[in-house]
Amino acid sequence: MINKIWGFFIIIGILFTLFFGDSTSLNDTILTSASSGVKMVLDLIPILVLWSGIMKIAEKSGVLANISKLFRPLLSKLFPSLKKDSKALGYITSNICANALGLGSAATPFGLKAMEEMQKENQKKDTASDAMITFLVLNTSGVTIIPTTVIALRLMHQSANPEEIILTAILATICSSVAGLTLDKIRRRKKR
Amino acid sequence: MNTISKIIIPLFVLSVILYGLKKKVFIYDTFLEGAKEGIITVFNIFPSIIAMVFAINIFLNSGILETIFSLFTPILNRFHIPIPILPMAFVRPISGTASLAIMNDIFVKFGPDSFAGRLASTIQGCTDTTIYVLALYFGSVKISKTRHALSTGLFADFVGIIASFIIVSWFFGT
Repeated sequence: MINKIWGFFIIIGILFTLFFGDSTSLNDTILTSASSGVKMVLDLIPILVLWSGIMKIAEKSGVLANISKLFRPLLSKLFPSLKKDSKALGYITSNICANALGLGSAATPFGLKAMEEMQKENQKKDTASDAMITFLVLNTSGVTIIPTTVIALRLMHQSANPEEIILTAILATICSSVAGLTLDKIRRRKKR
Repeated sequence: MNTISKIIIPLFVLSVILYGLKKKVFIYDTFLEGAKEGIITVFNIFPSIIAMVFAINIFLNSGILETIFSLFTPILNRFHIPIPILPMAFVRPISGTASLAIMNDIFVKFGPDSFAGRLASTIQGCTDTTIYVLALYFGSVKISKTRHALSTGLFADFVGIIASFIIVSWFFGT
């Protein structure tokens, strides 16, 4: 799937620019996009390395296990295929909590760790497991409670009440998460 | 609300360190061990980020979205849907920065407290960069067969966008 999307973006992008756009800018785009990719990775490195260090302490001291114990009843319903004491559950919880509080950059390291742990329990290493898909659907439907970037931007543009969209965003998030999880469940069942 | 999210990280770090000491974990050595794993993760996601940025830049800079959406202007006007909302919603799954830039334009043009501004804020808050996240997360563990992950994620975003429209109209009126 990713293969097709990636190809689609490039082919459509190049053809459209060649026929209707400015082909000199296309040259620049191709040559500079790698360096903007590197810039993104460079921005990620400090947070990722720092948080991986902190989270290792959390893992060894048992904080992570305690967090996942707290949410176990809910998580074991959402992720029936994971082992009861799976480390992934702790990382999934941390990722979702960080996302919910609008700490997107802090959430990424937890998410990547969760994927790594789920991959250890995965039978077919090149194919996404049920748990991975449920996690990503939950993650991308955006369980946001405080959308910090949006509020900051509204504040910058002199909104009279920058926080007024919190409630509407939460309600819309509930709709999208429930829809995503339901469709995921239906499609998982169909397969069996 | 903003203060909560500002103190939550320091508090979390503090409690992890204190709890680690209490449980007699060698906190410094453990930190280094984890940080090293972090470097490996960076190494693993590096190629997928470069690949995605490359494809997304070519696609977004081609101007195809502007051309397509200008065709829909009459329909959008009829339903009082602010025109830039559609490109924002479309770009949202592939690039966080691009959709934030469009939202910024909407704030400049209509103001953050207009219907368009509130709708854009809500959509931005309830969706995520689905395609980018999938590429990053699956890329980090080298999974190529993603089954129904993408279509389910995009479906959830779509429902979120429709729900945002209904909820914002209902809360604040058009």
